[in-house]
Amino acid sequence: MRFERREHRSTLLVIATPILAVIAALAIAGLLIAAAGAPVFEAYWKILTSAFGSRLSATETLTRASPLILTGLAAAVAFRARLWNIGGEGQFYLGAIAAAAASAHLFAGLPSLLQIPLLFVVGAFAGMVLLLIPLWLRLRFSVDEVVTTLLLNFVALLFVSMLIDGVLKDPAAFGWPQSEAVDAAARLPKMLARSRLHIGLGIAVVIAFLIYFVQTRTVFGVQSRAAGLNPSGAVFAGVPLGRTLVIVAMISGGLAGLAGTIEVLGVKGYVTTDLSPGYGYSGIVVAMLANLNPLGVVLAALFTATMFVGADGMSRSMGIPTYIADVTVALSLLSMLVAVFFTQYRIRR
Amino acid sequence: MTDIVLDIRNVSKRFGDNLANDDISLSLGKGEIAALLGENGAGKTTLMSILFGHYVPDTGSVSVMGQTLPPGKPRAAIRAGVGMVHQHFSLAPNLTVLENVMTGTESLWSFGSNVSAGRKKLIEISQRFGLKVDPDARLGDLSVGEQQRVEILKALYNDARILVLDEPTAVLTKLEAETLFSTLKDMARQGLSLIFISHKLDEVMATADRIVVLRGGRQVAERKVGDTSKAELAELMVGRKVTRPVREASTPGEVVLEAAGITVRSGGVDRLKAIDFRLRAGEVLGIIGVSGNGQAVLAQLLSGTIGRSAGDLVLFGKGGGDLTVADAVSSGIGRIPEDRNRDGAIGEMAIWENAVLERLPEFSKGGLVDRKAGIAFATRIIEGFDVRGGSPTSRIRLLSGGNMQKLILGRNLIEHPKILLAAQPARGLDEGAVAAVHERILEARKAGTAVLLISEDLDEVMALADRIQAIVGGRLSPSVNAEDVDAQRLGLMMAGEWEGATDAV
Repeated sequence: MRFERREHRSTLLVIATPILAVIAALAIAGLLIAAAGAPVFEAYWKILTSAFGSRLSATETLTRASPLILTGLAAAVAFRARLWNIGGEGQFYLGAIAAAAASAHLFAGLPSLLQIPLLFVVGAFAGMVLLLIPLWLRLRFSVDEVVTTLLLNFVALLFVSMLIDGVLKDPAAFGWPQSEAVDAAARLPKMLARSRLHIGLGIAVVIAFLIYFVQTRTVFGVQSRAAGLNPSGAVFAGVPLGRTLVIVAMISGGLAGLAGTIEVLGVKGYVTTDLSPGYGYSGIVVAMLANLNPLGVVLAALFTATMFVGADGMSRSMGIPTYIADVTVALSLLSMLVAVFFTQYRIRR
Repeated sequence: MTDIVLDIRNVSKRFGDNLANDDISLSLGKGEIAALLGENGAGKTTLMSILFGHYVPDTGSVSVMGQTLPPGKPRAAIRAGVGMVHQHFSLAPNLTVLENVMTGTESLWSFGSNVSAGRKKLIEISQRFGLKVDPDARLGDLSVGEQQRVEILKALYNDARILVLDEPTAVLTKLEAETLFSTLKDMARQGLSLIFISHKLDEVMATADRIVVLRGGRQVAERKVGDTSKAELAELMVGRKVTRPVREASTPGEVVLEAAGITVRSGGVDRLKAIDFRLRAGEVLGIIGVSGNGQAVLAQLLSGTIGRSAGDLVLFGKGGGDLTVADAVSSGIGRIPEDRNRDGAIGEMAIWENAVLERLPEFSKGGLVDRKAGIAFATRIIEGFDVRGGSPTSRIRLLSGGNMQKLILGRNLIEHPKILLAAQPARGLDEGAVAAVHERILEARKAGTAVLLISEDLDEVMALADRIQAIVGGRLSPSVNAEDVDAQRLGLMMAGEWEGATDAV
């Protein structure tokens, strides 16, 4: 048996691939559910109803999807240009803490309409800075950014931990390490009353369309794609490689920082070290599931959020471990990678 | 013929709609050198992959020394004494020569490695065939020619009796190629049988005993070297008469590009040393030299991808700072890069995107790419330059080398550039495509374009260039008129012998 490169990829194949991958992942997860002693199809049904069965659960799933869309876009944009930003988690936290601090100290009292956009800028900027450092190291000294961005996650998280147990600590929190609450005017308006769902979801979806437009229609989009696919070819065609990567890093880091900002302004109102259940890392999975397509990121983020919320509910009602959600998401990523491979290669005997 | 060592019988192989091999039979005698001649895509490599067990044939069989090989088993082929020297070497650059050669010869389950026996055997083989290498040198430090020697030694170390060489000279300089041919002949005299795959007529005629010509997956002819000629082979290979175009006399116009004392320094070394040249409208200036003497740097300098350290570059009578890619493109310099896959194209992008990538300012408005205009531009190139095998929206990777080169030529020539910089424009192309590329270059010259042709191919330079300069160790010789020199004089120039010469006018 051997693999041969496909000459043409049909649109049908490109669309069917992720769907088949998800079905395959659910089928394998089914074996595990059966092994845990629960009826498989009832469990699938429970996943669906736990994620979308009530108004509460549906809004909860969408609330979870919002930061995933943004961190997914952050990874997708960077990976497209072969900038391996694994530091989404750190950029997320830095964006969150920068926005929280700015709201509590700098912009407190400003009206919502002014304060919220300002905080978005501050949070995105913090994320950008955290990615520009490893990019500078790469461009100047050829340091592999996979390592630097990954390690900076821990630096960022410990830095945030230091701040919320120190200068930014909330005196009214009975000694718990958490930041001061953001200004009331900085809280994001709800999309639906009596739910946690905030306008962050709408913002994330609009940004996804924006990124799609930039990547497919603009000079910068074509150039950054060329830079990612073949750097020396891009240089020959006059693409400014360094500048393109800097802009890509600013977009990617900015999006991850914005994700943190939106999460803190939209959901909790203050920063703790468990603000993110790994949104930065899951963003990488979301981007890969979407095959780096910005519009696909929205769907992949929805799927991932569904699995997390749904499997949570299923495990509670059926008495099987919650890890099934992690396993299913991981399995769908693996089967997606295999499926993407088969859209590019065919099997020959 | 003496005893048959290899017998390929009625082999056919189909890939989708494409019949890559159609009922091909080939036999090889002991001590014989057979050449497999054909254009790119004629089925040469497929046939050899079947012989080596990489592909399973749809019909037909392969037997070595009278024993039929099981299909699809490379190990069986190696054990039967078939050795393959790939065009892209299958060697590890971080290992030493000896380690590379011994890889795969020992059981994974044995603890020790019998290095001293391996070394003895390697040295013995290398002396016997005159393939000199240092067993302890790191492979990555060797030149391409030496690496190829290691690849051959590796096959011989596995006791190969039949050696298959896939386009062995594609990566070699002329001198290295000649050494290789004498080695191959020596091997044949010592009883090895060789098949070498090529689309270069000269080397086939010079080396092989027998030539098998493939075209479109079919075996169209088999000739003894004594009974054929280059002209006949070319016709058999292409399927029609091909003649390379001939340069007509012309009078060049004014000087459009002048280099005065240009030095390029990088990594602490002077890559170009105070070079001078003048390029005039409507002429072809050939820069000839053995690869690695500064051609690549010269091409990069004029393409706008690197800057100079000293000297003046005068473009259309105006000097200035460093030339950027954008300057080059906007001032009408067409650029054909040396390596079309690495520099000339982004394989995974569409043909139209590749056509407009270097001139995006022209094909965009307010930062938005004008896709319609880009596709129209690509369509014009495809029609005007006879690019086959793709539409404007298909990925450029799907084009064959010749068609990709035609597209690159087209995107440069369609707007009638004032200067054309052509670095190795016909490298790796088959005979038909070479003729097409040469014709386009001469057409541009006739239309008044000043062409700077950088090439290692003597025939190419003598056929196209009006004046010739040699590049050796980063220095450029004075120019000579193409009419006044022969191959021997050019050979001396390429060796750095140009004392006392002055510029020809």
